[in-house]
Amino acid sequence: MSEQSPSAAHDFIGKEYAAGFVTDIEQETIPPGLDEAVIKEISERKNEPEWLLDWRLQAYRRWLEMPEPTWAKVDYEPIDYQAISYFAAPTGDKPKSLDEVDPELLRTYEKLGIPLHEQEMLAGVERDPDTPRVAVDAIFDSVSLTTTFKKELQEHGVIYCSFGEAVENHPELVQQYLGTVVPPSDNFYAALNSAVFSDGSFVYIPKGVRCPMELLSYFRINAQNTGQFERTLIIADEGSYASYLEGCTAPMRDENQLHAAVVELVALEDASIKYSTVQNWYPGDEEGNGGIYNFVTKRGVCRGARSHISWTQVETGSAITWKYPSVILRGDNSVGEFYSVAITNNHQQADTGSKMTHIGRNTSSTIISKGISAGSSSNAYRGRVRMNPGAKQARNFTQCDSLLIGGKCAAHTFPTIESQRSDAIVEHEATTSKVSEDQLFLCRQRGIDAEKAVAMIVNGFCKEVLRELPMEFAVEASKLLEVSLEGAVG
Amino acid sequence: MKLLELRGLVASVDEKQILNGIDLTVNAGEVHAIMGPNGSGKSTLSNVLAGRDGYTVTEGDIELMGTPVNGMSVEERALTGLFLGFQHPIEIPGVTNMEFLKVAIDSHRISIGEEEMNTRDFMVQVRDISKRLELSTEFLKRFVNVGFSGGEKKRNEILQLMLLRPRLAFLDETDSGLDVDALQVVAKGINEFRSGDNGVVLVTHYQRLLNYIDVDFVHIMVNGTIVKSGDAQLAHEVEAQGYAGLGKA
Ligand SMILES: Nc1ncnc2c1ncn2[C@@H]1O[C@H](COP(=O)(O)OP(=O)(O)O)[C@@H](O)[C@H]1O
Ligand SMILES: [Mg+2]
Repeated sequence: MSEQSPSAAHDFIGKEYAAGFVTDIEQETIPPGLDEAVIKEISERKNEPEWLLDWRLQAYRRWLEMPEPTWAKVDYEPIDYQAISYFAAPTGDKPKSLDEVDPELLRTYEKLGIPLHEQEMLAGVERDPDTPRVAVDAIFDSVSLTTTFKKELQEHGVIYCSFGEAVENHPELVQQYLGTVVPPSDNFYAALNSAVFSDGSFVYIPKGVRCPMELLSYFRINAQNTGQFERTLIIADEGSYASYLEGCTAPMRDENQLHAAVVELVALEDASIKYSTVQNWYPGDEEGNGGIYNFVTKRGVCRGARSHISWTQVETGSAITWKYPSVILRGDNSVGEFYSVAITNNHQQADTGSKMTHIGRNTSSTIISKGISAGSSSNAYRGRVRMNPGAKQARNFTQCDSLLIGGKCAAHTFPTIESQRSDAIVEHEATTSKVSEDQLFLCRQRGIDAEKAVAMIVNGFCKEVLRELPMEFAVEASKLLEVSLEGAVG
Repeated sequence: MKLLELRGLVASVDEKQILNGIDLTVNAGEVHAIMGPNGSGKSTLSNVLAGRDGYTVTEGDIELMGTPVNGMSVEERALTGLFLGFQHPIEIPGVTNMEFLKVAIDSHRISIGEEEMNTRDFMVQVRDISKRLELSTEFLKRFVNVGFSGGEKKRNEILQLMLLRPRLAFLDETDSGLDVDALQVVAKGINEFRSGDNGVVLVTHYQRLLNYIDVDFVHIMVNGTIVKSGDAQLAHEVEAQGYAGLGKA
């Protein structure tokens, strides 16, 4: 990430947001606007089967009737959905191997520290036989460029590929599970995504297989005036395990860009999925111009008994974040977890949290949310824990901590508990604290400068969540926290 | 070598004048005690020296290690060798004592162009100091000052002092709230720290700390000014007569 950006100007402002450069490459885009013809064109370009086009069109028709949600604690000018382009891809056929990928694109990933060659490691990670290897699916605007380690994964029966390839090669799996966790009618953005989704990742782990490496999908928005609508589907069959990581960045642009993704996780009996996100979309500048609108629906279903789904997220970027990774605990004794750090600075707004829906017996869930607000930002936790009538002896523990830096920011918490069981155990703890002048004075008096001191305090505050991340991601996340807070103290 | 020189120091907090003209010189190798009733301005003096926001020098000069402090930030003053022992050490939840000490020592080393301290050397040194202060290794893993007893908080200040080895230690009521055993441990730490190269200013209410630490000078502060200076004998007089008579002297 320390590589020079192409222009001196970018180099200068890029200090705060290292991933803010633009890749200069020929693109094919569908002109801005959305109607059934556009959806047909997307589907056609992707050579999709009839059933999928129908599915998209139905979602589109539903979307037309749905109102945009207004309940979140975020504030923005109405989005003109006709001004957005719904498809952008580098010109030419999909490359068959890395040799065919445009060198300009390869340089992009090099700069971002994302290894597209199998012998490389994630940037900043030391080559160590104990460090698990990472397979990468690189998604650039609307298409997947390449997926590494495919062969080796195949030997274990693991399918890790772009969503488009899954539709082509494993249509029965896609058709069986697509939309079963997040139906197109779920909400406004999920419906929009279902209509226009471009690419994303697909994972299937067969029965009894422990996926031998971490799976990383790296999303990059590059094109101007373009939305990114990726779709991810992960299925962990009985007794299997997968650890999936997700990273994302975008160039610095003056206008806002929409990112509306849908992620569906399915864990069958005794299966376990660990899903980690480090979200670093461009947050906009100090005055609040530009940045990504991150309106995302993420949900997992613990279908089988003793299944386990764990979401860990570190949200540092985006102008607006609207995101509630959730778990439906259907299987008896299943476990759902949500660990979150959401940091907002300058004029960023975040409304994020989780929903845990307990259906099976003896199900348990944990929510640990750490919100950090600095500058003039606003940070809200929104959570819902529901114990259905059949959820005998269900348990939830929620801890929701807010940390304020400076006097102009705000933190809010909106927890909801709906329990239809008298034997349910629901615990909720919440704290709000401030990085105080006294704490900073103590640190500075010991020779530690204010920014370093804030970074140290914030890292301490988030420790419980950061330690849930795979090691190489945790290092990256700590660094990002520090960068995000630059200028947060006078 | 002059470590600290105050000449006619007048200072205010939030527009309110608290220090009303203080003269004081601390040379290397000296230990001074400043005694005075509550509210006389002792803690204010420590904050003014450290350059804390909201504390303004309106008249007079402060020199640290022979250099005027004008325009120096809190961290710059710390890195030139000023150390404050806090009267009320503040808690930092989530940050372990160990991490805090490491970042602090590394900040000092980086400021003089040295490398960060090797983790093993650091551990050896911190464990050794902790042992001398009768603090367990477990103590190092706890969050800075969180849930510490009064005695632990003060011993933790001395631990930082002994690790960072400043030129001038200004210790604000390090003896308050300690039982006799803890007082002895703290005094032992200060005695181990003091040398011909550094200086110590002990701010205290009571003469009892001076039973364990030999001081070269005692100053009595009342109403934001030093009303009387002398040797260790002066502390005994204060103990016997109180501050009342001295204020008018
Ligand atoms: N932030 C402040 N604003 C106004 N007055 C203050 C402030 N801090 C201290 N003071 C006043 O300054 C005086 C000296 O206080 P302090 O320096 O704490 O005395 P000491 O440490 O000798 O007990 C007291 O009258 C106190 O009320
Ligand atoms: Mg005091």
